[in-house]
Amino acid sequence: MSKANLLDRRQVVSTLLANRKDVVAIGGLGASTNDMCAAGDHARNFYLWGGMGGAAMIGLGLALAQPKLPVLVITGDGEMLMGLGSLATIGLQKPANLSIAVLDNEAYGETGGQTSHTSAAADLVGVARACGIDDSRAVTTMAEVEAFAKAIHEVSGGPRFANVKIDSANLERILPTRDGTYVVNRIRAELGFQPI
Amino acid sequence: MHARADAADTAPNWPDDIFATLQRFDVRQVPYVPDAGHSKLIQRVLDSSTMRGIPLTTEEEGVALLAGAWAGGQRGVLLMQSSGVGNCINMLSLIPILRFPFLTLVTMRGEWGEFNPWQVPMGSTTQGVFELSGVQVLRASHAAEVPAVLEAAAAQAYNALTPTAVLLSQRLIGAKVFTK
Repeated sequence: MSKANLLDRRQVVSTLLANRKDVVAIGGLGASTNDMCAAGDHARNFYLWGGMGGAAMIGLGLALAQPKLPVLVITGDGEMLMGLGSLATIGLQKPANLSIAVLDNEAYGETGGQTSHTSAAADLVGVARACGIDDSRAVTTMAEVEAFAKAIHEVSGGPRFANVKIDSANLERILPTRDGTYVVNRIRAELGFQPI
Repeated sequence: MHARADAADTAPNWPDDIFATLQRFDVRQVPYVPDAGHSKLIQRVLDSSTMRGIPLTTEEEGVALLAGAWAGGQRGVLLMQSSGVGNCINMLSLIPILRFPFLTLVTMRGEWGEFNPWQVPMGSTTQGVFELSGVQVLRASHAAEVPAVLEAAAAQAYNALTPTAVLLSQRLIGAKVFTK
């Protein structure tokens, strides 16, 4: 079902994370979190297996707590649609170190490929911009993905948002750990925090 | 015009007690959906140099925010009213899974002289929803007990990672009335 002019999700995510340095990355429920794992497990990866609609807000909490660190949320169109209000909350707080990349295949891929609202009506870039995220980009080429990957490291230039049109191919699942406590404590240890 | 039957005439001091406790526990992020009962505390937070008040569009955003804050090394507290607790239910599953300190302060509606029947269903199930979701519930009904209840709640939430909700009773905040 994939169209030739749409981007490959794994290539997009591995490009976003290729020179990640100190980036903390949050993967939204669904294929996005798998894509992040497929690009290589990392101690600063925050994999979600639930909490649909919460990925961007987890990114906001982390970005506000660590204003000097680039924080990147990678999620899908369905997960983002469930948390649309969080774009308004982020637009108000304007965390300069937070970036959000939506992998938009216009479908709920995990549940059988039912079409999502972005397939016909909802414009996530328009929503993000209207919520006050001035740097909101509609991304359709790998050159634009590479430009966004560079921008992520500019921790005074956000918040920023990119909606990346990807193809709807169902890829082999590369599954990250399902142990959320481990994931959080691994990030905390990376950032220098002790267990309680 | 909105007015609080018990509390409209004199500004209560218990929100100052709450603020002082939160400050002592080094709370930094304060997501909230506004409520009249929380208005003084919200103002104290917004005036603070150490806490960041974060208005939400819906309460479950605050649960996810606190998870991110903890991963980044900060403590937070979620302020909401009882009707917002229902909005949080699925997101509350992050708390045992990610094991972060969770404290929420909930101003109650739908009890103690409530005039609005629409508040009653959620107000009546607030405590049950929390308990079914693994969040321990403490309650303050009188201004004099607020400091001790807050101290206990903050201590068990932040020191023992026991998810905790403090219900600030409508008896404490004053039943809401509408006057023309």
